[in-house]
Amino acid sequence: MKHYDKIIFELSRAGRKGYELPADKYGVDGMAEIPADLLRTQEAELPEVSELEVVRHYTNLSNKNFGVDTGFYPLGSCTMKYNPKINEELAALPAFMSLHPLQDEKAIQGALELYWNLQRMLSNIAGLAEFTLNPYAGAHGELTGLMVMRQYHRSRGDHKRTKVIVPNSAHGTNPASAMVAGLEVVEVKSKPNGSIDVEDLKPLLDDTIAGIMMTNPNTLGMFETEILEIADLVHKAGGLLYYDGANLNPLLGKVRPGDMGFDIMHINLHKTFSTPHGGGGPGSGPVGVAKHLVQFLPNPHVVKREDGTFTISEGEESLGNISTFLGNFGVMMKAYAYILSLGKENIKNVGPLATLNANYIKESLKDDYLLPIDGVCKHEFVFDGLKDKSTGVTTLNVAKRLLDYGFHAPTIYFPLLFHESMMIEPTETESKETLDDFIEVMHKVAKESRETPEVVKEAPLTTLVRKLDETTAAKNPILNYRTLKAAEA
Amino acid sequence: MSKILDNLRYADSHEWVKVDGDIATVGITDYAQHALGNIVYVDMPEVGDEVTQGEDFGAVESVKAASDLISPISGEVIEINEALEDEPELVNQDAFENWIMKVRMTDPSEVEKLLDAAAYGKICEE
Repeated sequence: MKHYDKIIFELSRAGRKGYELPADKYGVDGMAEIPADLLRTQEAELPEVSELEVVRHYTNLSNKNFGVDTGFYPLGSCTMKYNPKINEELAALPAFMSLHPLQDEKAIQGALELYWNLQRMLSNIAGLAEFTLNPYAGAHGELTGLMVMRQYHRSRGDHKRTKVIVPNSAHGTNPASAMVAGLEVVEVKSKPNGSIDVEDLKPLLDDTIAGIMMTNPNTLGMFETEILEIADLVHKAGGLLYYDGANLNPLLGKVRPGDMGFDIMHINLHKTFSTPHGGGGPGSGPVGVAKHLVQFLPNPHVVKREDGTFTISEGEESLGNISTFLGNFGVMMKAYAYILSLGKENIKNVGPLATLNANYIKESLKDDYLLPIDGVCKHEFVFDGLKDKSTGVTTLNVAKRLLDYGFHAPTIYFPLLFHESMMIEPTETESKETLDDFIEVMHKVAKESRETPEVVKEAPLTTLVRKLDETTAAKNPILNYRTLKAAEA
Repeated sequence: MSKILDNLRYADSHEWVKVDGDIATVGITDYAQHALGNIVYVDMPEVGDEVTQGEDFGAVESVKAASDLISPISGEVIEINEALEDEPELVNQDAFENWIMKVRMTDPSEVEKLLDAAAYGKICEE
């Protein structure tokens, strides 16, 4: 079924059902037991479909998906690496999957041990004292980390520190998390290579600064070589350094954020540690802190007793709870499996291979695409659109044309430092053959842009859904069936 | 090539100002609308709000990005372009015709700090 575009509500037929309830053996009228004020007065508008219709519907929808399992997915800043299937197998072990978080501690020792072990592994990888694995995803980790920062200053009676410095090249979640944490955002300028401008930073550092949020390598994939000086300046001004772990992949097992002077960081298990991402999620955003901040981490946490058993504990000085129970446990199991599969030695190869792959693509394509920052990048890099822009083909057009050739588009129009940004991150798990295929297609699209630009501007031509009207989608989004029906009426 | 009008003053953050006595009409430049792409929302201040030179007074959202609007002058907002509430794309059609706000300036000499058409044109070329 190639052009499947049904909505489940359109399949609905009154009275059709895919279940059968057992006969009432007990003679109890359940409805009569429910207080009248808790009963619905209106029918629930649910689709009425058979089991086969449900199976077909969702199988057809899933066939429209594009994922790492279907093809190359060079989405910059997202680290779309392969998700090894052994992770899934282990996370599906019934002994773990059937646990309930309110079960007696004695019955969940294995799960607590796994939590504790993973926490220790991440601490070693990050060069920090301790991690909480409770946050549900990256931005949730950022919020948790900033709450630690706030709690630290409050605990010292320092209530003036209400501002967080964020580079103008930062991931959009950084300023957003700061706002949610009740902190004011102050922007620091970047130099042309995306690095923080130390001279622009210095005058911002006063006694109202709670800290700075950075990522290293930065958003353009370049290593911040002045990080030690920046850390020193921020610490001397009384602030803390927050590390956005979205770009941890190239440093894995090689360089530790804690050693660079960072006090707090989050890790995206769904990026660096190979757990599924986006629609395949859920995510997990563990937060690690240096020794002087450990007491502020969220509740609850797992503690190892002297006799080697584990218990769940709550701290008095903690910032409080940021999740129900101990976070997305299934994701932790997959990340744990990933770290153990690679082992201490192999994990050191992740960064160099991711870096090699990114540089290979960058060097192979810079004759056709504008490379604003020359030099060796880390795990990702940014092109500023096509080199030859004379035919008016934009980054959006190139991205759409890539879909016709079976590749996922890179991240586009981010970072905002350039007008035609195209951010490419291949990750370490792709073969040279895949990279070569992608490079060949990118060259082909550049050639088409010069010779038959009208084709590229009309792309995608072969996908199930053609070019979308993004303006109308942003202005008049139709997000549920009721709105759709009203719009069609 | 973006359009630049000679009789206006410009901020390096890509806003234009048209001065009439102590009233300043403010919008974004043709270069800015072109760089942003299809505009889907203009977040405007309210009449009576105070705006300050160099500080944000709203935002423009396009299919590509959301961008702060930086006020090129200081004063009190006396009118906003309500047509943009329903049709933000007017800014794409003509960025100089479709202004965003009118301000009664508290310090008209601030205009002197802004760029003229020639100087602004140079920034856009860089």
